[in-house]
Amino acid sequence: MRFIDLLTKVVFVFMTFTFALALAGEHFVPVTVYRTGPYAVTGAPAANGIVDYLKMINARDGGIGGIKIAYEECETAYKPDRFIECYERLKNKGEAGATLFHPFGTGLTYSVIDRVPDDKVPLITMGYGRTDATDGRVFPWVFPLMVNYWSLSTAKIKFIGSLEGGMDNLKGLKIANIYHDSAYGRETGPVLKKQSELYGFELAQFPVAHPGIDQKATWLNIRRYKPDYIILRGWGVMNSTALKEAARTRFPADKIIGVTWSCSEQDTMPAGKAATGYRCSRMTGAGSDYPVFKDIVKYVHDKGNGTGPIEEMTTHLYKIGVLSSILTVESIRTAMQKYGNKPMSGEEVRWGIENLNIDEARIAALGATGFISPLKVSCEDHEGQGKVKFARWNGTEFESASDWIETDQSIVRPMIEASAAAYAADNGISIGCN
Amino acid sequence: MIYREAGQFKTSYNSDQAILPIFQDRVAMVLMLLFAFVVIPIVANDYWLGSILVPFLVLSLAALGLNVLTGYAGQISLGTAGFMAVGAFAAFNLQIRIPEVPFLLAFVWGGLWAALVGVIFGLPSLRIKGFYLAVATLAAQFFIEWLFTHFDWFTNYSTSGVITAPPMKMLGIAFDNPLNKYLLVLCIVVLLAFAVRNLVRSEVGRAWMAVRDMDIAAAAIGINLMKTKLIAFGVSSFICGVAGALWAYVVLGTVEPQAFDISRSFEILFMVVIGGLGSVAGAFLGAAFIVLLPILLNNLGSLFTGGQVSTGTISHIEYMVFGTFIIFFLIVEPNGLARLWQIGKEKLRLWPFPY
Amino acid sequence: MDFWFFLEVLIGGLLSGVMYSLVALGFVLIFKASGVFNFAQGAMVLFAALTFVRLVEYGVPMIGAAVLTMIVMVILAIVVERLVLRPLVNQDLIILFMATIGLNYFIEGMAQTVWDSNVHVLDLGIDEYAAFEVGQAFINKFDVMAAGVAGALVLVLSLFFQYTAIGRALRAVADDHQGALSVGIPLRHIWIYVWSTAGLVALVAGLVWGSKLGVQFAISTVALKAIPVLIIGGFTSIPGAIIGGLIVGSGEKLAEVYLGPFVGGAIENWFPYMLAMVVLMIRPQGIFGEKIIERV
Repeated sequence: MRFIDLLTKVVFVFMTFTFALALAGEHFVPVTVYRTGPYAVTGAPAANGIVDYLKMINARDGGIGGIKIAYEECETAYKPDRFIECYERLKNKGEAGATLFHPFGTGLTYSVIDRVPDDKVPLITMGYGRTDATDGRVFPWVFPLMVNYWSLSTAKIKFIGSLEGGMDNLKGLKIANIYHDSAYGRETGPVLKKQSELYGFELAQFPVAHPGIDQKATWLNIRRYKPDYIILRGWGVMNSTALKEAARTRFPADKIIGVTWSCSEQDTMPAGKAATGYRCSRMTGAGSDYPVFKDIVKYVHDKGNGTGPIEEMTTHLYKIGVLSSILTVESIRTAMQKYGNKPMSGEEVRWGIENLNIDEARIAALGATGFISPLKVSCEDHEGQGKVKFARWNGTEFESASDWIETDQSIVRPMIEASAAAYAADNGISIGCN
Repeated sequence: MIYREAGQFKTSYNSDQAILPIFQDRVAMVLMLLFAFVVIPIVANDYWLGSILVPFLVLSLAALGLNVLTGYAGQISLGTAGFMAVGAFAAFNLQIRIPEVPFLLAFVWGGLWAALVGVIFGLPSLRIKGFYLAVATLAAQFFIEWLFTHFDWFTNYSTSGVITAPPMKMLGIAFDNPLNKYLLVLCIVVLLAFAVRNLVRSEVGRAWMAVRDMDIAAAAIGINLMKTKLIAFGVSSFICGVAGALWAYVVLGTVEPQAFDISRSFEILFMVVIGGLGSVAGAFLGAAFIVLLPILLNNLGSLFTGGQVSTGTISHIEYMVFGTFIIFFLIVEPNGLARLWQIGKEKLRLWPFPY
Repeated sequence: MDFWFFLEVLIGGLLSGVMYSLVALGFVLIFKASGVFNFAQGAMVLFAALTFVRLVEYGVPMIGAAVLTMIVMVILAIVVERLVLRPLVNQDLIILFMATIGLNYFIEGMAQTVWDSNVHVLDLGIDEYAAFEVGQAFINKFDVMAAGVAGALVLVLSLFFQYTAIGRALRAVADDHQGALSVGIPLRHIWIYVWSTAGLVALVAGLVWGSKLGVQFAISTVALKAIPVLIIGGFTSIPGAIIGGLIVGSGEKLAEVYLGPFVGGAIENWFPYMLAMVVLMIRPQGIFGEKIIERV
C-alpha cells in the first residue's frame, strides 16, 4: 500500500512538473504567441512588443503597485489545439492563477470562449475575435477591446465616404470586399451588407483561399468587376500578394483600404513602391515617437534586454503588442484599486477590465498621447468605444492619413445585441449584468 | 523468462485465433486497461486529462482509422482530416436539427456520413494506385474544407462559419469536465480499437492485407478488389469520422473548418508511419510520439533555458529536434515504433538468460 | 472585350502554371532518380531563398550569393546522403518518404533558426509590374521571364538525363538500387548529384517565388500547389512537369473566373486536384509517366 502511495506521488509530481516553478507574490500574465508557422512573420513582432512593455513596467516601476509581473510565453503556432494546450497549462499558474489571456487569433478565441466562464479567466481580444461578445451581458468574460470587427467596418465606410466628399456620394459606388476565406475573413459579411443597403453602394465579395499565395484569378475577376474601392481583409502572406497583384492588374493602390490586420509593414514591404498610396486602419497613432516607446528603449533595449531587434519598434505589429500589454497592465491596475495590493486573480482582473477607464489624462500619464484613443468599458459595452485612425503607405513607411474616426454604433449595436441574444438563447445564458 | 509462451498449447481453432493468444499479453492488456481506466483518473490532474490525454486519444483514433486504410489495406490517404470534418459537421447538424438525438448516436451518424464520403472518394482507388492515389484523397481534403466554409447550411448559418458543439448529456450525466470527457473518449477508443483488432484477423482483414501486399495476386486468388478496397475506405472513414466528431465535441468545442486542414491530415499520416503501418498499437505509439513530443520539448525548452533564449528560437529548434527524432527512429527501426515494441518482447522472451 | 479577357485569364493561368512547374521539377528529379517522393522540397525552396536573400542583405553581390547558396545546397545534399539516405538504402519507399518528412521539419527549423522568420524583400532588379499589352490584355513580363527560365531548366535537365553518363546512371538507380550497385554505379555519388540538382532547382524556384511573394515561411506552402502538377504530368517526367503545370494553371484560373462566381468562389484549392483525378482516371500514371507494369 505504501508503495502504491509513493508511486502515485511520484507520478503526480512528474505530471505536474510544469507547475513546479512557484511564482509567489507576482501577477501572472500568460503570453500566448506564435513565432513559428505560416504566420510567424506577423506573430513574432507582436510578441516582442507584448514582452518588451511588460519588461519595461517591471524595470521602471517595479511592476504594478510594487507587485512584479511574471509572464510566460507559450507557442501556439496559430493553431487552436496548441492554444488550448497553452491555455490549460497556464490558466492556474502563478499565485492567483492567470490574470487574463490575449489569444491573438480569431479562431483561437472561438476555441476557448466556452471555457473561460468555468475557469474564471477573462479574455481580451483586442480588435479581433467574436464581435457579438461586445455585449457583456451575454459574454461577461470576453472583451473585444478598442474596436471590434463590425465597428471597424463602419469606420472604414465612413473613411471611404470622407474620401468621396460625404456619405451621400457612396450611393452607386461599387465596393469589393476581398477577404481571407476563414472565420476571421467572413466576420464582417453581415455588417457590410447592412451598410450597403443603408448607403446604397454595391457590394461584391471575393474570398481568397488560404494561404493566398496566388491570387491572379481573384484579381482578374476584380478587374472585370471594376470596383471603385476595394476593402482588403487579408492575413499573412495574402496581404502582400494582394497588393502586388493589384499593381500587376493596374488597380490603383490608393483605392484599396485595408483593415487593421492588413496594415503592417510586413504586408506592404514586399510590394514596396507599387503599394504607394495604400491606406489601412489602425488602433494606434502613426510612428513611434511617444514617451512610452522612449521608456522601452531606455529601460529595456539600452540594458540589452530587448526581445527583438530595436528597429522593429516602429512597426505596426510591435505597436499592437505594446498596446495589448498596456491594456493588460491597466486592467490589473484597475483591479488592484478595488482588491488591494496582492497578486490579482482572473476573476478580479475581469472586474478590472470591465471598469477600465483610460481617459486622456491617463493616456498622458502612460506617455501615450496620440498613440491610443480613450477607452471606457462597461458591462453593456465590452468594446469601450475605441477610435480608428488610418495610415497611408508612402512607399517606404506608413504615415498618418486621418484623424481619429469614431465608429458608428447606431448600425453595429442593434446587430450585436441581436446576435448575442441568439447566442444566449442557444446556450441557455441569462442576459444581464451582475 | 517472464514473457514465455512455452507450455501454452493451443487446443482449438478458437484459441489459436484469439485476439491475444499469449497469456502474458492478456495480463498486460488487462493491466494497461486498468491503468487507463483507474490509475490515470486518480493521479492525473485536469491539465493532463483535458489537454494532453484527450487530444492524444482522439488523434490515436484517427490514426487507427487511417491505419486500417494505409497500414492494412495499403491505400495511401491524405484526406483524413477531411473525413474527420465530415464526421464533425454531420454529428453537429444532426444534433442541431433534431436536439432530442443523444450525442453518441450523433457520433455514429457522423461516422456513417464520413464512411459514405470515404467510399465515394475511394472509388478512384480501383484504378489509381500508390502515390497517385494520394491525389484523390487530397481532392477530398480540399473539397470538403471548401464545402463547409462556403455553404452556410452546414454551419447552421453562423456568421463566421464556426460550429459550436452542443453540450453532451446522457442518462443524466453531463460530460463537461475533463475526467468525464476522458473516460468517454477512452471507452469509445478502446471499443473501436478492439473492433479493428477483431476485424483485421477476419476474412475482410486478411483480404485487405492480401490487397496491400500485391493487388493483382489478390485478385488472382479470387478476392474482389472493389469490395475489399471500398470496405477499407468505408471502415477507415467511419473511424476517422467518429474521431472528427470527438475532436469537435470534446477537444475544441468550437470549430471552424480550418481546424481540419491539410496539415492535420499529414500529421495523422506521420503518426501511422512512425507508429508502424499495419499495427493497432502503432497508431497509439505514433500518436503519442507526434502529440506528446512537441509539448514535452516545449516544456523542457522553457524549463532549461529559463526564458533566456527567445521562444521563437526554442520553437525552431524544437522543429529540428523533432525532425531529427523522426529520421533517427526510421534509421533505427524502419518499421515503426510498434516493431520496436515487438523486438522488445522478443528480447523479453529470453531475458535474463542469453538462450 | 470578353475575348481579350478570356485570353488574359488563359495566358495568366498558363504562366502561373509554369511557376508551379518550377517547384514540381525538384520533386520529379528526386523521384526519377531514387523513387522517393521528397516531402522536404518545399522546405528546400524556403531554405535556398532565405540563404540567398540574407547573403544579399549582408552585402554579398547577387552572383556571389547565388554561388554561395549553391555551395550550401550541395553541402546539404552531402549531409542528407550521408546521414539520412545511406543508412536507409534498400528500405521501402514509404520509409524514405517518411525520412523526407523528418528532413522537412529539420530544414524548416534550421532555416528559421539560422536566418530568421521575418519577411525579406528580394529584388532581382526586374520590374515585376511591367507588362506587354496584347490587344486589351496585359501579359506580365516577369511571369514570361519566369516561364522562360523554367523552360530552359527543363530543356537542360532533359538533355542531361537523356545523354550524359551521369543521367543514365541516375535512371539506372531509379530502376533498381541493388542492380545499379552491382553493375558498379556509385550510389552515393549519384544521390549527391541528384539532391544537389534538386537544390539548384529549389534555388531557382525560391528566387522566382521569393521575388513574387517576398521571402517568408509561406513560400514552403507552394509545394502543395506543385502536387497536382506532378500528378498530372507524371512523377517521372521532366517535360511532364511543365505540361502538368500548364494544365493546372490554366485550368484553375479559368475555373475560378468562370465557374467560381456560381459556387461562392475560392475553388482554386481543390479544383486542380479534381482535375488531376479526372486525368488519372484516364491515365493512371499521369500523362507522361512511365507505364506502370504489374506482374504477380
